[in-house]
Amino acid sequence: MAYEKVNELNLKDTELRLGLPGTEEVIQEQEFSCVRSNKRPFESNDEEAREEEASTPPTKTQIVGWPPVRSYRKNNSSVSYVKVSMDGAPYLRKIDLKTYKNYPELLKALENMFKFTIGEYCEREGYKGSGFVPTYEDKDGDWMLVGDVPWDMFSSSCKRLRIMKGSDALALDSAL
Amino acid sequence: MSEDESPPLDLRPEPPCSSSSAVDSTPNKSRNCISSSTASQTFPDHVLENVLENVLQFLDSRCDRNAASLVCKLWWKVEALTRSEVFIGNCYALSPARLTQRFKRVKSLVLKGKPRFADFNLMPPDWGANFAPWVSTMAKAYPWLEKVDLKRIFVTDDDLALVAESFPGFKELILVCCEGFGTSGIAIVANKCRKLKVLDLIESEVTDDEVDWISCFPEDVTCLESLAFDCVEAPINFKALEGLVGRSPFLKKLRLNRFVSLEELHRLLLGAPQLTSLGTGSFSHDNEAHHQSEQEPDYAAAFLACKSVVCLSGFRELMPEYLPAIFPVCANLTSLNFSYANISPDMFKPIIHKCHKLQVFWALDSICDEGLQAVAATCKELRELRIFPFDPREDSEGPVSELGLQAISEGCRKLESILYFCQRMTNAAVIAMSENCPELTVFRLCIMGRHRPDHVTGKPMDEGFGAIVKNCKKLTRLAVSGLLTDQAFRYMGEYGKLIRTLSVAFAGDSDMALRHVLEGCPRLQKLEIRDSPFGDVALRSGMHRYYNMRFVWMSACSLSKGCCKDVARAMPNLVVEVIGSDDDDDNRDYVETLYMYRSLDGPRKDAPKFPLLREKAPCISDRSCSEVEQAWVCLQYQRRYSSLEPLRGGTGGVKAISNYGLVLEGMRRAKARGFSDVSH
Repeated sequence: MAYEKVNELNLKDTELRLGLPGTEEVIQEQEFSCVRSNKRPFESNDEEAREEEASTPPTKTQIVGWPPVRSYRKNNSSVSYVKVSMDGAPYLRKIDLKTYKNYPELLKALENMFKFTIGEYCEREGYKGSGFVPTYEDKDGDWMLVGDVPWDMFSSSCKRLRIMKGSDALALDSAL
Repeated sequence: MSEDESPPLDLRPEPPCSSSSAVDSTPNKSRNCISSSTASQTFPDHVLENVLENVLQFLDSRCDRNAASLVCKLWWKVEALTRSEVFIGNCYALSPARLTQRFKRVKSLVLKGKPRFADFNLMPPDWGANFAPWVSTMAKAYPWLEKVDLKRIFVTDDDLALVAESFPGFKELILVCCEGFGTSGIAIVANKCRKLKVLDLIESEVTDDEVDWISCFPEDVTCLESLAFDCVEAPINFKALEGLVGRSPFLKKLRLNRFVSLEELHRLLLGAPQLTSLGTGSFSHDNEAHHQSEQEPDYAAAFLACKSVVCLSGFRELMPEYLPAIFPVCANLTSLNFSYANISPDMFKPIIHKCHKLQVFWALDSICDEGLQAVAATCKELRELRIFPFDPREDSEGPVSELGLQAISEGCRKLESILYFCQRMTNAAVIAMSENCPELTVFRLCIMGRHRPDHVTGKPMDEGFGAIVKNCKKLTRLAVSGLLTDQAFRYMGEYGKLIRTLSVAFAGDSDMALRHVLEGCPRLQKLEIRDSPFGDVALRSGMHRYYNMRFVWMSACSLSKGCCKDVARAMPNLVVEVIGSDDDDDNRDYVETLYMYRSLDGPRKDAPKFPLLREKAPCISDRSCSEVEQAWVCLQYQRRYSSLEPLRGGTGGVKAISNYGLVLEGMRRAKARGFSDVSH
């Protein structure tokens, strides 16, 4: 039995969905060639397994134990401090993205650190309500809005954070 | 790596007709000695035995010892008396009782448990490989035990307590990729093993029992030479550690965990300039302790004082701006492990340019092809390279590629071992490495996207891996990946004559691929295969090999339960474990995972949940399989032959060989190559 190459065309990419980023469900695809290797991993920690499933990028199904990297290496590899700047604040801060598991946790930590409130995120319009907009610089050097991509993708590509405020933020909002 | 060089340990049972008690100077011994010297006829045997003992005690290599034990019964006996270090590559190949019956004076045990694929969640957590039966047996048999080295074994705190209580002269505890214990177990060892020289916890899972184990070391001067706890995910009492290091004058190797900050490291280094191997801990600031206005400690000066450091690792939470502190030691380094540090090429290059003596280098792919080119330009003595993925997913960005591999092959001609994770590769680069690096013994390439071809030509990776097996004449370990057809395996069977360990995933087209390997690789010991289209025909084709191998692992292949049963039936000393999972009901004959290994003591009694199916009659009906509804199916078949021991030196004493044709043929061929008999 030969294993077929994974389909190039993936309708999931074009699927319209509602919901906050980072809460993507992964549906195990039932192609026979992959179904056996898509079994739930033999993990004693259920939470860990769910977290792993939720953070899978939408384009490929999750394969247990592939690539063959031991789990403690996976955990530690994303440890890195990123600088956080807030417009108007006298000095920068540093946070370890690894300590947060999702966007709400991160945003709450930022709110505590700089004593402000971030507005409500919505996919279409960004952050509404407070005049503060969290942005980040990604691996390519582009400044992106925090919250658009799944958490896992964000935390591995985020190089630094900047909380914009005032006119800069308004300009961003109206551009959207 | 020494295990890769020597053949398996011979642990055959003692021939039944000799006396069972191993008393040293019994005058009436069976005279089975093949030696034709007149000495054996004129002198009593016990004199010869003493002479032999005095000579054999100098044999260190287990390879030599295995050979010596096959000469005759006397040599077998004396070798058993003088072997002090025992290596067991599969803890289920024999029982602890068999170990202690044969070897009476063991001081050091190396024991390995689960197969490597267990690291990647392909095995249930409670599968086995428990240390408990071993430690309880050895506690009675070897009170003089000094060293225990375990890999992928389940060790409990109770086991560790038993070690601490039972062996007053205990010196070395090494736990690699183990789990089941916590800081409380470690505390007991630290406290009670007064002669402890080595406490190495490497890549193990250690639960945080909130015990201050560092404080449990005795107050006086210690014998400690090596203390490695970088994998322990629990805060430690730094003051106690500082005190411990201060009263450990022999300490050469110290590997800190990520709960030790840069400031704390600095203090330790000032107090321990004699260190040769250092794991730096977090290499970052403790946020609360650090204020920007305070004077920063001179980290570089601390490293400058450590003139003996040749091995550097750690950097668990690296703050890259402090990396230059290690400049003073770079020129002396023979081993550098950056595999927990997400460093960019720009940060990396200034460091590596100073590391001219480097022989072992581990890093994340964040150093990019550019970083690898810098390694190639500077590290002419490089023997071992491991590049791990920062983002270990199939479709992540790939900062390293064939460019890095090509550069390394051109710059590091003495390379012996490579592990390389990447997203794209070409046959040309792999071929180049095969030609430039003739000393390669270990080649492990992991192209993370499954079935990915050469990204320039679009062809399968057959030619690249083919060149490796053909040109690297010393190759003993191979791991393949990418798009591979049966042709790649044809090359392996034709040229891979020294391969001992082979790892295959998502590769091959048909049974022929596996057949090429099983029929063509005579030294194959460890075979691990996943998600490849190999079925019953292939499995059957290897039956002449399985007694000469340590284990075979096949998961998500195309095997049927019926075939596994047939193999188990035909090979009585092979334990065949078929590991299923809950939703296999719709496809009952399908085998999710096959793990099989030779064993002198038959099926194990500690298989999880499911009772063993034991059949005395060779015919197994389907009914017995259909009764299985639990998560586990363990099938082991053993025929009992009353008077014959199947595994003996030569053929002497075996009268009826018709049932053992397969076994003896394998033994004969193995012996013709100078190996010991079918053994673990």
